[in-house]
Amino acid sequence: METFALLFYIGLLVCCFLCLYRIGRGPSAPDRTVAIDILGTVIVGFCAVLGLVTGKDFYLNVALAWALLSFIGTIALAKFLEGRSFDD
Amino acid sequence: MIDILGYILMVIGVLFDIFGCIGLVRFPDVYNRLQAATKCVTLGTVAILVGVALISGWSPMSAKAVICAVFILITSPTAAHAIAKGAYAGGVELWEKSVVDKYAEEIDKS
Repeated sequence: METFALLFYIGLLVCCFLCLYRIGRGPSAPDRTVAIDILGTVIVGFCAVLGLVTGKDFYLNVALAWALLSFIGTIALAKFLEGRSFDD
Repeated sequence: MIDILGYILMVIGVLFDIFGCIGLVRFPDVYNRLQAATKCVTLGTVAILVGVALISGWSPMSAKAVICAVFILITSPTAAHAIAKGAYAGGVELWEKSVVDKYAEEIDKS
């Protein structure tokens, strides 16, 4: 299990760094928003793997809260990109 | 047996995550990146969560993993749709080799 876990960690960390590259490099604001959304989804999977390996189920609570907050933040950023204010 | 199925699902999920993030880095404009990354990473993360639920059996962890998977299946396409619409309304250009723009035709018709 430990070797498997190491492979999962390395794969998901590679994903996180590719997303961070796009966040830093992205030429426009929607590129960065997409990368932030994808980073949130990858981290939800990472939390699930951590919870399975350590056997503690509060990591899944972290994953649920992270998914909720990431969704709300992405929707707010998308509305901001569309050029509307937050109250219409 | 069901553990092996769970591990296979988790390996598939991690591979899909990596491919989606490579697409996020390599594709040329916002819309291509959006469709590559969102679909691949949604499938990958849902596969990881279902694998965790299968391995951990009947427990609170598996219930939370299933809830999380359903939530991601609902919200990730919604967020991608909102970002695409926001990017189009914000005036981000298509890639110069794009051949079709159905959304502009829809806007012209209405």
